[in-house]
Amino acid sequence: MAGLVEIENVSKSYDKDAESVAVLDNITLSVPDGEFLALMGPSGSGKSTLLNLIAGIDRPSKGRVVVGGVDLGSLSETGLAKWRSTHVGFIFQFYNLMPVLTAFENVELPLHLTNLPKKKRSEHVARVLDIVGLGDRVKHYPNQLSGGQQQRVAIARAIVSDPTLLVADEPTGDLDRHSAEEIMTLLSRLNKELGKTIVMVTHDPHAAEKANVQRHLDKGTLS
Amino acid sequence: MMIKMMTRNALRHKLRTILTILGIAIAVGAFGLLRTVITSWYSAVEATANDRLIVRQKVSFIFPLPYSYREQLLKVPGVEGVTYFNWFQGVYKDKSEFFPRMATDPETVFDIYPEWIVTPEEKAAFQNDRSGCILGVDIAKKYGLKPGDVMNIEGDIYPGQWQFTVRGIYKPRSNAVDGTQMLFHWAYLDERMKTDMPGRAGNVGWYSVKIGNPDEAAAISEVIDGLFANSSAETKTETERAFNEGFIAAYSAIITAINTMAFMIIGIILLVLANTMIMSARERNTEYAVMKTLGFTGKHIFAVVSGESIFIAILGGLAGYGLTLFFVQAVATFVPKNMFPVFILSPVTITLEFVFALLIGLLSGVIPVYQSVKMKIVDGLRYSG
Ligand SMILES: Nc1ncnc2c1ncn2[C@@H]1O[C@H](COP(=O)(O)OP(=O)(O)OP(=O)(O)O)[C@@H](O)[C@H]1O
Ligand SMILES: [Mg+2]
Repeated sequence: MAGLVEIENVSKSYDKDAESVAVLDNITLSVPDGEFLALMGPSGSGKSTLLNLIAGIDRPSKGRVVVGGVDLGSLSETGLAKWRSTHVGFIFQFYNLMPVLTAFENVELPLHLTNLPKKKRSEHVARVLDIVGLGDRVKHYPNQLSGGQQQRVAIARAIVSDPTLLVADEPTGDLDRHSAEEIMTLLSRLNKELGKTIVMVTHDPHAAEKANVQRHLDKGTLS
Repeated sequence: MMIKMMTRNALRHKLRTILTILGIAIAVGAFGLLRTVITSWYSAVEATANDRLIVRQKVSFIFPLPYSYREQLLKVPGVEGVTYFNWFQGVYKDKSEFFPRMATDPETVFDIYPEWIVTPEEKAAFQNDRSGCILGVDIAKKYGLKPGDVMNIEGDIYPGQWQFTVRGIYKPRSNAVDGTQMLFHWAYLDERMKTDMPGRAGNVGWYSVKIGNPDEAAAISEVIDGLFANSSAETKTETERAFNEGFIAAYSAIITAINTMAFMIIGIILLVLANTMIMSARERNTEYAVMKTLGFTGKHIFAVVSGESIFIAILGGLAGYGLTLFFVQAVATFVPKNMFPVFILSPVTITLEFVFALLIGLLSGVIPVYQSVKMKIVDGLRYSG
């Protein structure tokens, strides 16, 4: 049976001053539904690049990326944007919340792409803020929250439209040990209890332990 | 949500935004003021009738016409009435105190110029006093003059000491009509000329002829000029509007300069806001990249970025409109009325102010919107590390 994410012979190179720099070299990878995969590897090895291809915010130079049976290469830019809004949740190293929106509004943001009525949106937001344990911080702006709390808001934003796949690029990279622990516990719960498939890039071996599969990327090749 | 984001984004750098709004306000305000100067000139012209002809000496306005022309003018078919004026000028109180002072025919002037409104009593009082005069309400107010007061004027074009008694105050029919003139008896002027300078007796500065049908203006003008062709005082006849436009044409270079300036100010502030918006959008590259990651598309980014600049521009436009109101009020209060007999903020100017504010907002957003929409997500995200 095909995995939720199927990467087939994918290469990616960037053009720099007429020279082409290969970042990923003929990678094949299958992530089954419900898996929690940790991608590790030295800096510059192409982890983020691979994650961006899986998440549909970048396109490969060669090969195919198929997620949930959809060949991402067949989608237009708008088609891809729409696909992302319903199928993928994003968690970034630096949280990337909108500074002018409150925690509540940040989580609500993706729902503005749906035609859910306001009442339903509020219900969804309240539910996921509860899941991440921030029910009491809804009116706070990002700069009034700690790093760990901001990351939890970001996770709530990632799951509010109930995507099947979560991608996380060094979600604990900017956090202290304790907060990192909390975030990893949360991700692990989302994987086990809500059945989310997670692909996470990390440098942190502690964090990687929470995943059920670890893969290593080095100089553009998987091992 | 989009509206929340754009207004809150606009207020993120409060000082920057306030300075930008102030800049737009001053530009829009200055634009409004300059336009008002110009439209006031033109509206004074447009308010003048096109059913009146001005008959003047062909060579130059400063040469007189014989009083005897009056009879002949009245006989021209299509002519309904004739009055006449001499530019008197003189010095009242101080050389710098300028307002139009003219000799005219008290019996006909208010029939030909119904836009100068006087009560029948004051009109009669004026007609019955050979040294009486009528003042525009603005001038009467300015000098605190009322009926019965005496005005002493030192003649320059017509030398000597002249004394007049105020017999009435006329009100302009609309605010586009000049309320700063002084009118007195032509006969009073002429009898003094007869004794002091007989060569200048019987002279009229210009005739003002009322015609029944404005469409016949050109034909009647031709008849009149034909009447006096080859005489010692040939005439040039045109509608009063054309006559006044002739005055404005003399200032056309200044008007063009003012107009150019008004539009240049708008152009400059457009560049300033565009620059601010480009800077702001660049700072928010990561945020816009994140929005795109979440599935927002070009049209959403367009709404947020462009909405922010339009929001700022409209605030600036409103403040600028307020400034214009203030400027115009200030000019009306402090600048002598006779410099701008008519000074009103025209609806077109107000509309233009807001149209330009909106345009500034729209256009200044073009480059940042284009950049933000074109930006690849991965490049936008890399800014944050
Ligand atoms: N847009 C781009 N243009 C040019 N080169 C790029 C671009 N994005 C990434 N690269 C290059 O591709 C390589 C891999 O980058 P990537 O961000 O995937 O590494 P990474 O494994 O995530 O590293 P880190 O652990 O430091 O985040 C790097 O050498 C980087 O310089
Ligand atoms: Mg990376």
